[in-house]
Amino acid sequence: MSAEVEETLKRISGHKGVEGIVILNKEGIAIKSTLDQTATTQYAGLISSIAAQASHVVRELDPQDGLTFLRLRSKKHEIMVAPDNDYLLVVIQNPTDA
Amino acid sequence: MEIVHVYQKKRREFGRQCVFSDRKAKEMVNIEPDEGQRDEFIYKNPADVAIQCTKDFSEHEVNTETVEFKDSGMNHVEGGWPKDIDPDEVEQVMRYRKKVEKDETFQETIMNLGGMMETFIQQNNAIDIYEEYFPHESETAVLEPPAATMVNVFRDPCTPARSASSLSWYPDGARKLAVAYSILEFQKAPADVSMDSYVWDLERPNMPDFTLSPSSPLVSLRYNPKDVHILLGGCYNGQVAIWDTRKGSRPLETSPVEQSHRDPVYAAEFLASKTGTHTCTHTYTRSLRRVKWCDTRKLSESTESLALEVIGSVLGGVALDLSHPCTPLHAQLPRTHTVIGTEEGIVINGNKKAKTPAEKLAQTYGAHHGPVYTVKRNPFFQKYFMTVGDWTSRIWCEDVREDPIGEAEENFWQNVDPEKWSEMRLARDSVANAATTGDAAAAE
Repeated sequence: MSAEVEETLKRISGHKGVEGIVILNKEGIAIKSTLDQTATTQYAGLISSIAAQASHVVRELDPQDGLTFLRLRSKKHEIMVAPDNDYLLVVIQNPTDA
Repeated sequence: MEIVHVYQKKRREFGRQCVFSDRKAKEMVNIEPDEGQRDEFIYKNPADVAIQCTKDFSEHEVNTETVEFKDSGMNHVEGGWPKDIDPDEVEQVMRYRKKVEKDETFQETIMNLGGMMETFIQQNNAIDIYEEYFPHESETAVLEPPAATMVNVFRDPCTPARSASSLSWYPDGARKLAVAYSILEFQKAPADVSMDSYVWDLERPNMPDFTLSPSSPLVSLRYNPKDVHILLGGCYNGQVAIWDTRKGSRPLETSPVEQSHRDPVYAAEFLASKTGTHTCTHTYTRSLRRVKWCDTRKLSESTESLALEVIGSVLGGVALDLSHPCTPLHAQLPRTHTVIGTEEGIVINGNKKAKTPAEKLAQTYGAHHGPVYTVKRNPFFQKYFMTVGDWTSRIWCEDVREDPIGEAEENFWQNVDPEKWSEMRLARDSVANAATTGDAAAAE
């Protein structure tokens, strides 16, 4: 894997509160992940479907529009999804209190 | 789609040709009967015939192809793998992953997305936008302005309707109301007017519950807070009388005329004492203005009498209020402190236990320009009392002698036992008009 990509991922996971990173392709296969196998598969399946749904929603409301970013805040952490045409970058962060 | 069935038929099988015109009948075949065959026939007698009076049914079998259904869940554990790669084979999976990672577009995309992601992560770390901003805020209920509705009207049953000069609620649950009726205007009472006062039951406004028959109309009336059957009344002629509602409408005992007040007894109160029998009454007179403490067991003489004399001038007492117990814990406090409102507009704060008469009427407050009609202490804060007179109501603090601490201007004429501190909100009070309207005010 290219050094820049590695470095980017390392930087991201170095931020405060980041629990894990998953990179998915558009078919839902996890390419790279910092979580364990079961968690990765779970995230892969669930996140890809919800990201697809969100993208569909935005497209339906306005055909010129497109989904740029998706945040899912839960009680325990926040799941951030950055979609692209071919790939999906998912970061799970535990935001600390300000 | 056409539904067509093609068949062939020879011309000579068609049958006879159709003729659409009339023709004469033509005999085609004639068969003569054969006599010989008749002998071979046998009559069948009886003949069995089966009849059934029902509809005709026919039976027919139909069958379709059966398709079996079954509910089952699908578990997508891994998805999207291309056909040639088996997800269970670790090596193939690894190889596939490596291939993807080498892809140019992959790297560019990840760089882009990574940058975007970082801003948001840092944002999250900087400010927690989901924190509770107003942690201690509680829902404020929508407060409706307080309103009062009329429940019932109790009218004086006697024909020249007299004014209600005093009210007293039944001590145990406010189901009854004792009302003293008298005509207070000087010499306005016709000779044959009834002298009765009544106890009303709140549920029955047409008929009084109990009648009190004094020898002179009652000006003030009080229930004994300890004994719900005992009533104390002060009469127009200065006498004080005790009733027992179980014993009939004539008073149990009346103070003798020689010992009574010389003028109408405007206020009569029960004192909290061990036997529950001590009373304090006072009167408004012109010549002899007195506050009398009596024992209800022995109305024939007063235990103590005090002339309202302040700075040499004798005052007429009109209104009276005693110190109340402020909480149920303090209910044993004897009622020794009194606040007296006078006709001259001065309010006197008195202490029964003091030694000299001068100390008994300890403090005076120049309250109003006219007679003080009502004085009431705040049941929770003993130092504050409210006075009503000369078209205003004022709130006073015992320590501050010169000025009232609060004042409300109202347009009323006279107040008949109107003023009460609300038990619930410590600083609220209500004032009633002689026009029978009530005003509630918050003492702010």
